[in-house]
Amino acid sequence: MGKRSNWAIPYLIFLILFVALPLLLIVVYALQDGNGGFTFDNITRFFTDSDALSTFAVSIEVAIENTLICLLLGYPAAYILANKNLNKSAVTAILFILPMWINALMRTLATAELFNVMGFTLGKGTLLMGMAYDYLPFMIYPIYNVLLKMDHSYEEAAADLGATPVQVFRKVTLPLSMPGISSGILMVFMPTVSTFAISEFLTNNKIKLFGTIIQENINSSMWNYGAALSLIMLVIIGLTTLVLGGEDSEVEGGTV
Amino acid sequence: MRKVLSQAYIWFLLIILYAPIVFIAIFSFTEAKAFGNWTGFSVKLYENLFTGGVNGGAALILAIKNTLLIALISAAVSTILGTVSAIGIFNLKGKKKRTIQFLNNIPMINPDVITGVSLFLLFVFLHFSQGYLTVILAHISFCTPYVVLNVMPRLGQMNPNIYEAALDLGATPWQALRKVLVPQLYPGMLSGFILAFTMSLDDFAVTFFTRGTIGLETLSTYIYADARKGGLTPELRPLMTLIFTIILVLLIIINVRQERSKANKTIR
Amino acid sequence: MSGKENVIIDIEHLSKSFGDKQVLKDISLYIRKGEFVTLLGPSGCGKTTLLRMIAGFLQPDEGTIMMEWESRGGQREFRDVAGIPPHLRPLNTVFQRYALFPHLDVYDNIAFGLKLKGVPKDEIDARIRKVLKLVSMSDYEDRDVDSLSGGQQQRVAIARAIVNRPKVLLLDEPLAALDLKMRQDMQIELKEMHQKLGITFIYVTHDQSEALTLSDTIVVMNEGKIQQIGTPTDIYNEPVNSFVADFIGESNILNGTMVKDRLVNFIGHDFECVDEGFGENVPVDVVIRPEDVYIGYTLEGSQFTGTVKSCTFKGVHYEMYVDTDSGNELQIQDYDAFEPGKQVQMLIHPDDIQVMRKERIENVIDCEIIDENHVKMLGEVFECAPITSGSTGPARAHISFAKVDLMDHEDDGDTSGEVWFILYKGDHYHLTVKTVSGEYVYVDTDDIWDKGDLVGIKILPEDITVEMNDGQEK
Repeated sequence: MGKRSNWAIPYLIFLILFVALPLLLIVVYALQDGNGGFTFDNITRFFTDSDALSTFAVSIEVAIENTLICLLLGYPAAYILANKNLNKSAVTAILFILPMWINALMRTLATAELFNVMGFTLGKGTLLMGMAYDYLPFMIYPIYNVLLKMDHSYEEAAADLGATPVQVFRKVTLPLSMPGISSGILMVFMPTVSTFAISEFLTNNKIKLFGTIIQENINSSMWNYGAALSLIMLVIIGLTTLVLGGEDSEVEGGTV
Repeated sequence: MRKVLSQAYIWFLLIILYAPIVFIAIFSFTEAKAFGNWTGFSVKLYENLFTGGVNGGAALILAIKNTLLIALISAAVSTILGTVSAIGIFNLKGKKKRTIQFLNNIPMINPDVITGVSLFLLFVFLHFSQGYLTVILAHISFCTPYVVLNVMPRLGQMNPNIYEAALDLGATPWQALRKVLVPQLYPGMLSGFILAFTMSLDDFAVTFFTRGTIGLETLSTYIYADARKGGLTPELRPLMTLIFTIILVLLIIINVRQERSKANKTIR
Repeated sequence: MSGKENVIIDIEHLSKSFGDKQVLKDISLYIRKGEFVTLLGPSGCGKTTLLRMIAGFLQPDEGTIMMEWESRGGQREFRDVAGIPPHLRPLNTVFQRYALFPHLDVYDNIAFGLKLKGVPKDEIDARIRKVLKLVSMSDYEDRDVDSLSGGQQQRVAIARAIVNRPKVLLLDEPLAALDLKMRQDMQIELKEMHQKLGITFIYVTHDQSEALTLSDTIVVMNEGKIQQIGTPTDIYNEPVNSFVADFIGESNILNGTMVKDRLVNFIGHDFECVDEGFGENVPVDVVIRPEDVYIGYTLEGSQFTGTVKSCTFKGVHYEMYVDTDSGNELQIQDYDAFEPGKQVQMLIHPDDIQVMRKERIENVIDCEIIDENHVKMLGEVFECAPITSGSTGPARAHISFAKVDLMDHEDDGDTSGEVWFILYKGDHYHLTVKTVSGEYVYVDTDDIWDKGDLVGIKILPEDITVEMNDGQEK
């Protein structure tokens, strides 16, 4: 009987080896000096490294701005797509995820080139616009899924109890779509904070984000400092997930 | 009125979203080396792509082969591992179940850079020489959770007794898995496989950190290196255009079929 | 029924289609103040659609709904509610599966409507306490709605609606999700609540026993049409057609012939009855309730005999199936048991024989003549008996019930359909089959089918008689 639960054991070992242990190693390397001795130097170095600090601040700022832009653009889109009166075909919704199949780097390069041709100077503005391109589908999709599955009798019940359409939205639809909003924010904010390559392409190397700094340190064999920076990012991610209640906001696995 | 405004908004977003892709497609039909220059209509880039071409095309072809090979192996292994594990997880209870589900969620929430760095440190720590194998292992680690997530709901819908029924009728556990569970779980496995395949194809950061120094290039790392050098290999334009067209056609076919079977069902 | 006094809702000639499927056909009905009205019918009969139109979630295609309305000055007027959105209508709904807001607790769910109206906090508190007491849910204010049992959620849903003091309370299958015992308890409570509140209840259900227990008036619906409106007693004792007779309570529905006034022939015998005005030798449906057949080993005044086939104890009475001397099967209920295999004598009182005009005596299907031996009907081309008139175009095909063959496999027939409704007529089954083209075909058969079976439909050419629309034969 209880035998089938054993089928999870190989994967559990795999997860411990390839997910838990690597994360633990980030902590270990972050707290080691070059010779393997215990130290807090890598952490304190970050807080005195004005370059890293300002990049960190810029990353958080860009991530928050990008998340807000995606939310403001994406929620109405998700709402329209999920509403049978406003949108009859499921194909339109699929059109929004389709660009994700194009290599992200290639798409970003094309976007940057398009901005160039249109005469925009590559900088903060193009970075935000380009990022919105890349991450908008990640915001739309979870919200769309939640709205699509939402039982419309809640909205009808609210109208029945005297709520105007605006009140129905504010007091019922919006609160009930919070799980979708949370996972949307999670799926946009996390990758934006840590993005590298994309920011360089979109700003012509003018704006560096936190992910780039980590990559540069690892690539130049400064593993301990790179690990320390990764640890700081892990903490930020942990906090965000906690705030957004990551346990219940299951990441929606897209299906074709 | 509301409807018109809504539709206008949706199409406005879609046009913006697709502009860069259309841009790539247009400039795939000209010979110019620099992206954004129009030197007259030509299908030369398409020819180059298929014949191995002149402008460093051989390296590009190799990158494409690597990408496809890695994606296929990772997706296949992830699908098997993920399906078996999903059955196991589904039959677990309480704290054990929550722990393994928590671990399973980490790779999906973790940003690519962190996944990449952490796996890089793992391979360094284990003195594992990096190359194909490490990239594939890394891809399996971030693909499998998506398979698990796609198979789990199917298990929930399935009658929990059918596995026992198969055993009762004399099937060995292996036969029961193959002849009863897999056919039931097939749709979830398929969408899990497709998702895993796409995630692997699209990955840049994790590959970047785990490929080592043997010169292994996938499409993403190739593009990245190319762009950093300043000159993007022009053959990438027709390649992307082709990939997008194929996906578009496939999706349209799938959708038309679904709509049709839906229409058939509603008559009943 | 007395005239239109005290009417609170008046519905006239209401029709509604979804796509090309007509779900309500010319519904007219009025509801009196304080009445407990039940819309009763099988799933898909249009009852929920009708309720949703009264609530304002759907707009009728045709027809009007008038509602008594209290204007600002406190005067009562009667007005057409077309185009008035749900939130402005003076009624509240208890939804199927309750639709309690999962993000709010019990208190906030009930307070939802009052807060929107800007009712002062003290008054909200007082009204919620009162209504929670009424539904026996005091002290549950702070509970999460997900933590409540089905029955408790049900009570909160009722409280959330009636706290707004609506003139009319709509209830959409409110007890469907509860288990039997719970359902019976809630029925009694609902009835008491209705009396205490004194407001109008419009109740939708597919459960006939619930309708009989609760209602002042029952509206029986089928296939988008009202079949009968009346008190529970009326509907039980005098069903107007075989559908109502079959749907309400248990009954024997038999083919019969009205010989003349006050004399009807069925199961091979003439019976005295109380019905008149059908004409002579007219085919009719006869309904006999199982408890109305008197049975005994020897019975004074016995009209016919039979053999007991089975006998089951049902708690208070015994239920017997008896094969009559004419080869029909009758369901009979009696306080005494009769042994299977034994000969019995039976009699039926004239008062207990309910005679109903047949809705139809054969299939009449709209068709189109293609050539002299082909017609297009039910979405397919059928070969038919030769049409001599030589003309083409729209016509009607007549097919007798017994000449429609049903096949196990959908592909084996000329067309296919789904078994929609089954009536046992004592010696055969009368089936309503919904074809893929959305039309209904009626079939007499000895074979046993289940509701929902997918079947092939086969009709032999010689059994299809075509009549031109101007009435000219062939």
